[in-house]
Amino acid sequence: MDLTFTPEEDAFRREARGWLEAHVPAKPLPSMDTAEGFAAHRAWERTLNDGRWAMVSWPEAYGGRGVNLIEWLIFEEEYFRAGAPGRVNQNGIFLLGPTLMDYGTDAQKARHLPRMAAGEDVWAQGWSEPNAGSDMAAIRATARLDGDHYVLNGQKTWCSRAVFADWIFCIFRTDPESQRHRGLTFILVPLDAEGVKVRPIAQLDGETGFAEVFFDDVHVPVENRLGDEGAGWRVAMATAGFERGLMLRSPARFQSTAARLVALYKDEAEQADPALRDAVVRAWMDAEAYCLNTYRTVSRLMSGGSIGAEASLNKIFWSELDVHMHETALSLLEARGQLLPHAPDAGNVGRWLDGYLFSLAGPIYAGTNEIQRNVIAERLLGLPKA
Amino acid sequence: MELLFTDDQLAFQESVRGFLQKECEPERLRKLWETESGRSPEFWAKLAEMGILGMTAPEEHGGLGMNEVDLVLVLEEIGRAALAAPVAETVAVGVPLLAACGSPALQAEWIPKVVAGEAALSFGHADTPFVHDAHVADLLLLHAGGRTDSDIAVHAVPRGDVTLVHEPGNDPAGRLYRVEWQPSPETRIATGAVAGTALALAFDRAALAAAAQLVGIAQQLVDLAAHYATQREQFGRPIGSFQAIKHMLASVQVRVEFARPVLYRAAWTVAEDTAERMVAVSHAKAAAAEAAILAARTALQVHGAIGYTWEVDLHIWMKRAWALDVAWGTRLWHRARIGRAVLDDSAAPSFGYSARA
Repeated sequence: MDLTFTPEEDAFRREARGWLEAHVPAKPLPSMDTAEGFAAHRAWERTLNDGRWAMVSWPEAYGGRGVNLIEWLIFEEEYFRAGAPGRVNQNGIFLLGPTLMDYGTDAQKARHLPRMAAGEDVWAQGWSEPNAGSDMAAIRATARLDGDHYVLNGQKTWCSRAVFADWIFCIFRTDPESQRHRGLTFILVPLDAEGVKVRPIAQLDGETGFAEVFFDDVHVPVENRLGDEGAGWRVAMATAGFERGLMLRSPARFQSTAARLVALYKDEAEQADPALRDAVVRAWMDAEAYCLNTYRTVSRLMSGGSIGAEASLNKIFWSELDVHMHETALSLLEARGQLLPHAPDAGNVGRWLDGYLFSLAGPIYAGTNEIQRNVIAERLLGLPKA
Repeated sequence: MELLFTDDQLAFQESVRGFLQKECEPERLRKLWETESGRSPEFWAKLAEMGILGMTAPEEHGGLGMNEVDLVLVLEEIGRAALAAPVAETVAVGVPLLAACGSPALQAEWIPKVVAGEAALSFGHADTPFVHDAHVADLLLLHAGGRTDSDIAVHAVPRGDVTLVHEPGNDPAGRLYRVEWQPSPETRIATGAVAGTALALAFDRAALAAAAQLVGIAQQLVDLAAHYATQREQFGRPIGSFQAIKHMLASVQVRVEFARPVLYRAAWTVAEDTAERMVAVSHAKAAAAEAAILAARTALQVHGAIGYTWEVDLHIWMKRAWALDVAWGTRLWHRARIGRAVLDDSAAPSFGYSARA
């Protein structure tokens, strides 16, 4: 155990910090769930890629720097410290990207990864269906093999970023006789293909962060299949592991929120209810705990270990922490906490309300926290299935 | 940067776990409750043979010269086994304090005896009213005076020179004492700033040792409850197949798992005596206690009425959890200490996120 950074790690941090200080936009970008904001966020991804900072942990051949996971954490810390924009392509770079590296053919990797890193292809996720939510194995959308093409039919829903994205990665039922987890296949679909219809869904905040996607005899070539036919569930579980576990929720995101909460408490301390002091301390502690656990996981991965059902522990911890931090902030703000950003007296507080609404999605997406608790109970604690 | 134990450290943890599983069977623990001392001299000798009593002793006195990172996993196993012996008091706190403050002659007199299993130590601090296992400690290391450099001191007092008042507590394996004694120049081993620094460090070592045991206890309670839930049937199936049971236990496991890295980091800050030590130790103690108290509450609920009996072993660990929760600073005390560092002072640094470039 050595909890100090090496001189090489310090040097990497300095380089990342220097570049970010010079390039992060001075003003926050408009919401990525508007046409204007989406374009601005895509442009930021291009800027990152031009500096080779888009995907630091990817191999150089795919636009990365080939750095190790500790350095990836360092980059994330600097990214959040710098207040850099959210990653509009997170479904691609953090979920599909690692899955492609594990399951993709060389041709698929060469075709998709560099364009993904450069923000040229922004990806949406198409797994849930109206009747396949927590019960994801109830998927009904079909893919029928027809010569060298699959013909897709059916509906996907809650597809984040699908309103403006270029591609979507989906799971379809390729074997019409199959039940549950069998007979599913992971397929990559361009959203401009003939027969694809995207219908935006307004979220709690009124913006269209997700969409329904309809497939009506959509033809995609066989080479758009990721992994073997019928292996879709296994491939999807690898993706879900990235979503719940390491990549998507780097600890710096929560530490930066905790730091803002500490600053807010200091501003409000004189009139704040003393009971809130302990809530702020708990938030800070849990953000630190999440960070330390990630360093522990990364250390284990770097010494040849793997991450399995532990990803479910992670997902519960960060999602509950995020809700707790935002609830505490809104309690500190009292009546002002309900103001939208453009309200005359809102000042800078509107961000907390936005963040609160987003935090409430955390216990739901990436597999609800109830599904995660089932996974923990059955796979880590050995309790019997229902 | 690496938050990982070595293969040697993990292998030693494994062997200690196997040893304690054999030696601390609940039936044996219960027999000790009935004895006057509640402790077993034969078992103390076996702990010395295993090398546990010499872990923190300097090599010149026959010890292994190890630090808190080596020790923390062993203390976790001690909690998991509900061991009834003053290992934390002697190995985690007493020996390092004696090695820091004791004269060469005093160290040479006592530390080899501890390593050989012929002596035990305990520690009394003004912030805590009781001295654990004082009745079997041959030498007591005691905080005298107040908190300021002008009147603070550390004394090393043989048990024969103090009066012990036994305070029976809720944990049948616990042995708590109020110690009545008179400081004298002969027993004084440190004064002023040296004593202040040593006592603060000793307090943190005691809190760290409690945190480590609490993590072990918490995991044991979850495992006991999970095992019971796979055996016990109601409505024609194991109660562990119901989500009401699964979700309770999964929620506890989340808290246990996230207390671990906090504990390990705290052990490292004590071993290296870094600037973050107090915040890290308080975080570990508060997080471990929260996990263990939640585990106790949940394990009892999963067991139902049978868990509420004296006969079932569950209370061995529940009562140890409740006892350690309030020893060496309560959760609120430790969170308040973190609060002062994070909210009042110039903001304690965040791990990684606040690193200087």
